[in-house]
Amino acid sequence: MADVPDNAPEHCPGTASEQAGKSASCQGCPNQVLCASGATKAPDPAIAEIGEKMSTVKHKILVLSGKGGVGKSTFSAHLAHALASDSTKEVALLDVDICGPSIPRIMGLEGEQVHQSGSGWSPVYVDDNLAVMSIGFLLSSPDDAVIWRGPKKNGMIKQFLRDVDWGDLDYLIVDTPPGTSDEHLSIVQYLSSTHVDGAVIITTPQELSLQDVRKEIRFCQKVKLPIIGVVENMSGFVCPKCKNTSQIFPPTTGGAEKMCADLDLPLLGKVPLDPRIARSCDEGKSFLNEVPDSPAAEVYQRIVQRIQDYCSNRVREEQSAT
Amino acid sequence: MTRAKSDPDGNLAQVRHVVLVLSGKGGVGKSTITTELALALSHAGKKVGILDVDLCGPSIPRMLSVGRSDVHQCDSGWVPVYTDAQKRLAIMSIGFLLEDPDEAVVWRGPKKTALIGQFVSDVAWGELDVLLIDTPPGTSDEHLAVLENLKKHRVDGAVLVTTPQAVSTGDVRREITFCKKTGVHILGIIENMSGFVCPHCSECSNIFSKGGGEELAKLTGSVFLGSVPLDPLLSSSIEEGKDFTQAFPDSATFSAISSISKTLLNSLRTP
Repeated sequence: MADVPDNAPEHCPGTASEQAGKSASCQGCPNQVLCASGATKAPDPAIAEIGEKMSTVKHKILVLSGKGGVGKSTFSAHLAHALASDSTKEVALLDVDICGPSIPRIMGLEGEQVHQSGSGWSPVYVDDNLAVMSIGFLLSSPDDAVIWRGPKKNGMIKQFLRDVDWGDLDYLIVDTPPGTSDEHLSIVQYLSSTHVDGAVIITTPQELSLQDVRKEIRFCQKVKLPIIGVVENMSGFVCPKCKNTSQIFPPTTGGAEKMCADLDLPLLGKVPLDPRIARSCDEGKSFLNEVPDSPAAEVYQRIVQRIQDYCSNRVREEQSAT
Repeated sequence: MTRAKSDPDGNLAQVRHVVLVLSGKGGVGKSTITTELALALSHAGKKVGILDVDLCGPSIPRMLSVGRSDVHQCDSGWVPVYTDAQKRLAIMSIGFLLEDPDEAVVWRGPKKTALIGQFVSDVAWGELDVLLIDTPPGTSDEHLAVLENLKKHRVDGAVLVTTPQAVSTGDVRREITFCKKTGVHILGIIENMSGFVCPHCSECSNIFSKGGGEELAKLTGSVFLGSVPLDPLLSSSIEEGKDFTQAFPDSATFSAISSISKTLLNSLRTP
């Protein structure tokens, strides 16, 4: 991993960090002088290489949320499926949740392995036009834990962007872990020389979730990542027997609707809780194909349409600007 | 802290039991379960502390309705925030240290590790029966930092929280491997969000599938501590920072929580 040399001590802060060459653990490291000189803090050459690699990818969309378990992976997977339902579009889904990769199971690819080819790692294909990459494909058993500190996770993300044979793509969707830490900073940094269309933010209706999501929005503003819009997931549950709606995760502070109004962000849609979504994810099937006429699937389709419109508008704006 | 250096146990010297609340997956209810267990234990007469090491998404302050409180310094370190006048339930969270609640803590690993080091050694917990440590999802910096800093103090073990779906139990299997690799004893598995009983017609819907937690316990040879249903009364209590265990003592959810807390307490007595 580029950020932590092989001969570094256990608590290496990373060669590009502020503490490089200065922290207590740097004492005695053979690289201390080099790190302390600041040479390692120069922009990572990988950023330019990634820029080159990504020049054949038209649209890049990040799926973010400050909160865990709100449905980032479910949304990413279904966004990928929906975009790839147009067979003229090439779509790829990259999972940068290094410690908890859910994408392989949701896409029905558990147990698949990545192959090495002349031009890099080959992603795993669900369909001819839908490629997937996740650390899950590099693990030998479903029990394998990836017990890695930040710098090693960053190295992996860099490899995913630079060393995977993505080919020509219309859409690259990046699914992220919860929080605002290493993975998020890295993906934004590594993609800084390319054009990222923006982020889709996922939340559930409760304030407990929104308070973390507001932090994620702050993060996007700090790193100047445009926000495509917000999706409220698990929004109300319609009992299959009596058809009454229950607010299982109550929007006590007005839910995503109020937050979006306050922060002047577009609300892309509200997806109801539907047991069939969780079941499809467990079985690795697309919920949009399994129950296309359900209310949740209809909301999903509308959200996907809005994201597509956003992306094509952005292209048009850029063309008229030049 | 000079005191912590002279005494290897430092501020944890009078803490009888340390329990980690873990899950590979986010949003399964680690903080909810931590909060409810803490309340149940404190009503059972125990002195309880919660250390929230989720630095990017701290939920504990809101769940216990302590909002923005100032953390004070005393001779032996940071004074935790108490939820009650009797000082039965003490909390420490990064939520108390932020000026603006919407502020994002955009930190890479080493900085998180440093703050957790302070949280573990510099909080003046005083005498506690149980210290519950609520963690973020994953198996990374925060988890390693907590364990490293607790090396000198005995950790009783970890409670793993999962929801019933395979997508969640899959991540929790990885957390079990983490526990085995790092030598943390697994006290048991709790299944959360298990079945939703419609308040209108009493029909039970398994929104996030069912039985995953129990199956996982069998598969990995762990104790199954019990399942907590998906209960809107619980999620709204947690939202508003109300004490669910006091407000709804007749609910099935309450009896599930109290039976889990009893089993947990017994397993701490007989190590």
